[in-house]
Amino acid sequence: MSTVTGHSVTEEARNRRFGPLYSRNAQAVISRGLMATRSTNWLVMLSGFFEPVLFLISMGVGLGAIVGAVQGPDGTEISYAAYIAPALLAVSAMNGAVYDSTWNVFFKMNFAKLYQGMLYTSLGPLDVALGEIFLALLRGLMYAAGFTAVMGLMGLITTPWAILMIPASLLIAFGFASLGMGITSFLKTFQQMDWINFIMLPMFLFSATFYPLSVYPQYIQWLIQAMPLWHGVELLRQISVGVFTPATAIHVGYYLLMIALGMLLTTVRLRKLFLK
Amino acid sequence: MRNKAIVSSTPSDGLPARQATVIAAEDLRKTYGDVAAVDGISFSVPAGESFGLLGPNGAGKSTTMKMIGAVTQRTSGKLSIMGLDPDSHGPEVRALLGVVPQQDNLDEELRVRDNLLVYGRYFGLPMSYLRPKADELLEFAQLTDKAKSKVDALSGGMKRRLTIARSLINEPRILLLDEPTTGLDPQARHTLWDRLFRLKEQGVTLILTTHYMDEAEQLCDRLIVVDKGRIMAEGSPAQLIREHSTREVLELRFGSERNAIIGPELQGIGERLEALPDRVLIYAHDGEAALEQVSSRGLRPVTSLVRRSSLEDVFLRLTGRSLVD
Repeated sequence: MSTVTGHSVTEEARNRRFGPLYSRNAQAVISRGLMATRSTNWLVMLSGFFEPVLFLISMGVGLGAIVGAVQGPDGTEISYAAYIAPALLAVSAMNGAVYDSTWNVFFKMNFAKLYQGMLYTSLGPLDVALGEIFLALLRGLMYAAGFTAVMGLMGLITTPWAILMIPASLLIAFGFASLGMGITSFLKTFQQMDWINFIMLPMFLFSATFYPLSVYPQYIQWLIQAMPLWHGVELLRQISVGVFTPATAIHVGYYLLMIALGMLLTTVRLRKLFLK
Repeated sequence: MRNKAIVSSTPSDGLPARQATVIAAEDLRKTYGDVAAVDGISFSVPAGESFGLLGPNGAGKSTTMKMIGAVTQRTSGKLSIMGLDPDSHGPEVRALLGVVPQQDNLDEELRVRDNLLVYGRYFGLPMSYLRPKADELLEFAQLTDKAKSKVDALSGGMKRRLTIARSLINEPRILLLDEPTTGLDPQARHTLWDRLFRLKEQGVTLILTTHYMDEAEQLCDRLIVVDKGRIMAEGSPAQLIREHSTREVLELRFGSERNAIIGPELQGIGERLEALPDRVLIYAHDGEAALEQVSSRGLRPVTSLVRRSSLEDVFLRLTGRSLVD
């Protein structure tokens, strides 16, 4: 191993942007995660993929037979399955990211003491956060690609723009993962972890997932529009038919802001927890 | 690595390693709210020394270790690890250290050898270096035949040895060991001491906390006795015993109720007397002579034992309390 002298190291630290928080080695956290997947249960991994597919088949095909055609984002009529499919993709991006960044992180933080070990090395809290979020996104990417393929097979894709749903669902996942990890750092018990489900389930049911927002009174609409999932649902729904409006930019902007705030929160919290 | 040594001890500046100070602490303090965990301690450790922090639970040993290990920021005072301030140079300081925490935090999702490889990656070390290094360390930790085992299949002693092997992956100049043998059976402890001794012979600076006297006496060149965040005494084990205790100790047991009552009747024998709930300790230069005096006063203890003074006695003298309670 090369030995470094005090002087050059000082220079190096001064030139580094995040000082003691980041050592540009999130890659090591990522390769650890990939190595650990060898021992994970692949059936559990696959269940995350099948969940939205089963919803799509039961609601889209089953319920869709009664509902018939509905009005799409551009005003033209589309099948009910095509209407809810992008919403389900947004939900699965959210679920995967939240699961990875909350339950997984909670366990590693409090029980496996994994981060404690990592932070005794050259790694900083930001390396750990970025690495874990990247892994969550990698899983999200696989689910999104798989679900988009299923949509294609079911004949629900009518425009090449739909392929952009994959990067867009990564954007959604990134937003939820970064914020989720930050929030998890505050939680200490399993009971507190259940609060996360308490927020997620209503968000899933009421964020214009299965029917348009217009059925609600105005003040409920505002509340839902303030929540992140609605922006994800609308974004993917627009992309699925290739309709882009100024609202598209607002949806994307919402997630960019969420990512920035989430990363800031996560880094500050990890620093407080591990470098106190 | 080309050479066989686990850690290369040649310093980059070409000076003999033993002369440089690797850790310097000056009036080091750490407070949590109103509680001072570490309350102004100063010490310095030269390269290659085996330095111990001895004290009961809650004395501030682990907090001091965490400050040295650049995972806890100090409240005030000065601290320098090989010339670097751990508060501002966390990653660089940690790259120079090997850490064996009080509780094993091995990666249970990875196999034994992978634990070493992945840990090395955290330091940004290349696989071409890590592969042979991992094999070498498995050999050192006597775990070669367990390379592909799962971590949770290892015994407590094996896990500890793996944790030590892992801490050596970056060829640290300083190894921090927090209670390295707590919870291990006697045989596992001796195996571990032997491994640590080899590291010491290779010039690694060892910093260890312990509340075991025999461990401190076995491993430490020099130690500080810490209680309530302060240094009570400093020196080599032999020096501390010489300064704060007598050569021998006579241990008498009169039965649990009578130990305290009989105390006054023993006054005047030896240099000093300590009546504990379970036994009476008489500090004397000649233990056998003291025992004869006890018998001549017509006192018949249930058991008697003459032994050499240990660090336990030093601690008792300095703080009025036992180390392990």
